[in-house]
Amino acid sequence: MADRFLYFTELLAMPVLDLKGRRIGKVKDAAIVPLVHASRIDRLLMGGGDAWLTVRFDQVRSIVLGKGISLSEEQLVPYHDDEYMLRIGRDLLDQQIIDVTGRKVVRVTDVTMSIQEEDGRDVLSMLEVDIGVRSILRRLFQGAVPAKLIRKVQEPIPPNSIRWEFANVLEPDPLRRLRLNISYQKLEDMHPADLADIVEELSPIEREAIFETIDSEAAADALSEVEDPKMQASILEALEPEKAADIVEEMSPDEAADILSEMEEETSEEILDEMDSAPKTEVRELLEFEEDTAGGMMNTEFVSLHEHASVSDALSALRGNEDLLDGLNTLFLVDEEERLLASIPLARLFIASGTAKLKELASETHIEVPVDEKQNRVTELFDKYNLLTLPVVDEDGKLAGVITADDIISILRQR
Amino acid sequence: MRKFLSRFRYQIATFIAVLGPGFITANVDNDAGGIYTYSAAGAKYGYLPLWTLIPITVVLIVVQEMCSRMGAVTGKGLSDLIREEFGLRMTFLLMTLLVFANLTNVMAEFAGVASSLELFHVSKYISVPLAGLAVWFLAVKGNYQSVEKIFLVACLIYVTYIFSGFLVKPDWKEAAINSVQPKLALDPGYIYMLIGMVGTTIAPWMNFYLQSAVVEKGVTAKEYAASRIEVVVGCIMTNVVAFFIIVSCAGAIYAIAPKEIQNASEAAQALKPFGQYAFLLFSGGLLNASLFAACILPLSTAYSVCEGLGFEAGINKRMREAPIFYFLYLLLIVVGGGVVLIPHFPLVRMILLSQVLNGVLLPFVLIFMVLLINKTELMGEWVNSRLFNLISWVTVAVMIGLTLALLGITLRGM
Repeated sequence: MADRFLYFTELLAMPVLDLKGRRIGKVKDAAIVPLVHASRIDRLLMGGGDAWLTVRFDQVRSIVLGKGISLSEEQLVPYHDDEYMLRIGRDLLDQQIIDVTGRKVVRVTDVTMSIQEEDGRDVLSMLEVDIGVRSILRRLFQGAVPAKLIRKVQEPIPPNSIRWEFANVLEPDPLRRLRLNISYQKLEDMHPADLADIVEELSPIEREAIFETIDSEAAADALSEVEDPKMQASILEALEPEKAADIVEEMSPDEAADILSEMEEETSEEILDEMDSAPKTEVRELLEFEEDTAGGMMNTEFVSLHEHASVSDALSALRGNEDLLDGLNTLFLVDEEERLLASIPLARLFIASGTAKLKELASETHIEVPVDEKQNRVTELFDKYNLLTLPVVDEDGKLAGVITADDIISILRQR
Repeated sequence: MRKFLSRFRYQIATFIAVLGPGFITANVDNDAGGIYTYSAAGAKYGYLPLWTLIPITVVLIVVQEMCSRMGAVTGKGLSDLIREEFGLRMTFLLMTLLVFANLTNVMAEFAGVASSLELFHVSKYISVPLAGLAVWFLAVKGNYQSVEKIFLVACLIYVTYIFSGFLVKPDWKEAAINSVQPKLALDPGYIYMLIGMVGTTIAPWMNFYLQSAVVEKGVTAKEYAASRIEVVVGCIMTNVVAFFIIVSCAGAIYAIAPKEIQNASEAAQALKPFGQYAFLLFSGGLLNASLFAACILPLSTAYSVCEGLGFEAGINKRMREAPIFYFLYLLLIVVGGGVVLIPHFPLVRMILLSQVLNGVLLPFVLIFMVLLINKTELMGEWVNSRLFNLISWVTVAVMIGLTLALLGITLRGM
């Protein structure tokens, strides 16, 4: 923490003194102008007579706790609501923000600012956003108990603060977001599961704001991690169909179909219409299946090879499907008519020679289910045979998709 | 046709999807205190107080509808909204009052558990600690969905009162006439009883609970129409149950000899001559209601406080992550249940105190609610219509008037 600091609760109601040291008003609020400077307190809003006046940061000479704010220039302009201003008292205090490093949603109780000397004048900068008991104490006693005493009393309580750089302000209005230079880029780098947790805690309009703004890939990942299918659907429904379609395209087809099936038909059709044709067909096919059957649970992302393929064929097939590699653990063998013959655990490829036939590496027990198999039976099979991946075949015995263990875990958790 | 069917299916699915919060909140309204109030009214004044149930239902619907609408539209709890719009000091004041009011409410619930099980000769030194443990485990080991299912079952158990009402064979004609015919008497006891009935109907904590539950459930503005039906049905069912409680006591006690009863288990005792079943159903209902409210109150309080003051909250968090939440939750269970076990603890005084605190708190909560629901920046197109505003303000004014009157009478009596 800087040597000299000031809490926002202390700044409020601080007297403003003119060049001769006369008191001309007191501080009502402070604002930063994010497009100009991300953390400097650019304006102090002062109430004195009838209207509020604006004190620019370069009109201040010194800021001393217990004494006040001494000006270096007295030409103050009346305050008018400037849309490029983020007002601490009005827009930040008591509102929710995202703590990017702590990966959670928190409510702002107070703000700690540093006082730094620049060109012979004191400049205030946002340092930390305060949450927790310590800042609550300050808020409760602000104005009623001298600031210095509050500082002493709060000493034993451990502080709970978030550095300003890691505090992400929430603003549902897109235009204002631009004017306040608020981006959700930091959220894109979070783990999707963490982002999903955060999103679940927010209100619907704030959720919408985030999904509208972050890139489609991050949005798709986070949306898959949102636990409640109803919430997933309502997030997509709130977005423009084009944006929703972009996100759905980035998702795996089975998850996309799950979410779309939660929606009213009209809305899901609108989104489907906006999608590219290849993912659209896949999702549409999946939508035909009942939710609680193997067909409704499966996804259509798998790698299958011809029955006579060798290990090196398999390796080159994998090279062509790099985007699937993260979750892949089984390859499938099919005949000319794409009927499923055998499954090969991926790990067996490592100990086989390049010329070996895949057929020889196949699992001894071959388990598959038809698309209309009931959900309960499927989970039973996973448990009984310790499966990671279960192939699903259509009426003709053709490989239609696969169910993976993570699908089963989500289903079991939802019960 | 297919489209129509899909639409219809979607609507049914929506209703089931939103079912829970409104129903549960309305039913918890008939907690240990509520059952006592209704029993006492029936025992002393027979069928006379029945007419109040219709206006009470209306008031309950108006208030609860606003809460669930705010929850669905803003996606935020009531204490969140109060904090955002009215600042920390006001929130802190309300939350402090809420904790004390609810603490005394929890005492009343555990007392209800103790007295209903004493009817079955279970010592309170066994029943109360067990109930406390059950409450703790339900929240800590369950998740919202499973807990909600248990609560919905608890709602269904209230039908026991309907059966016991029939078993008593009350005078149905008299009951029907009095249900629609208002009767006022300048008997202070009668007026006090009427005010008490309205006063127990809307407790401040219910508004916080309902709104948070709607949010937790993820009800959206789009599904809100279904949610509104749920609130209305829940409120009506609650008062149907209240009707049968009054009728049971009117038939079993008033019809024989009107008297003042001291607690709800006394009412259950009086049902014994009408058969073991009437007694069992009535006392079983009391146990269910007390336990039900004892489960919801501590949890709801801890949630509201932590949300409003910005502490981590939630039963899916670990104790280290949300220490204040768990501290409050445990405090309410341990203190609320513990005092019931202290011999000579002035429990009745405490319950009266809880009524006073509720009375102080309620005007704030109701006024804030109407102010919040009229903010366009929060509610958008879902703000109150002018007619509904009129109804809400009248309701709020009536509720505040009655609550203050109850407060006055209670304070004079203390």
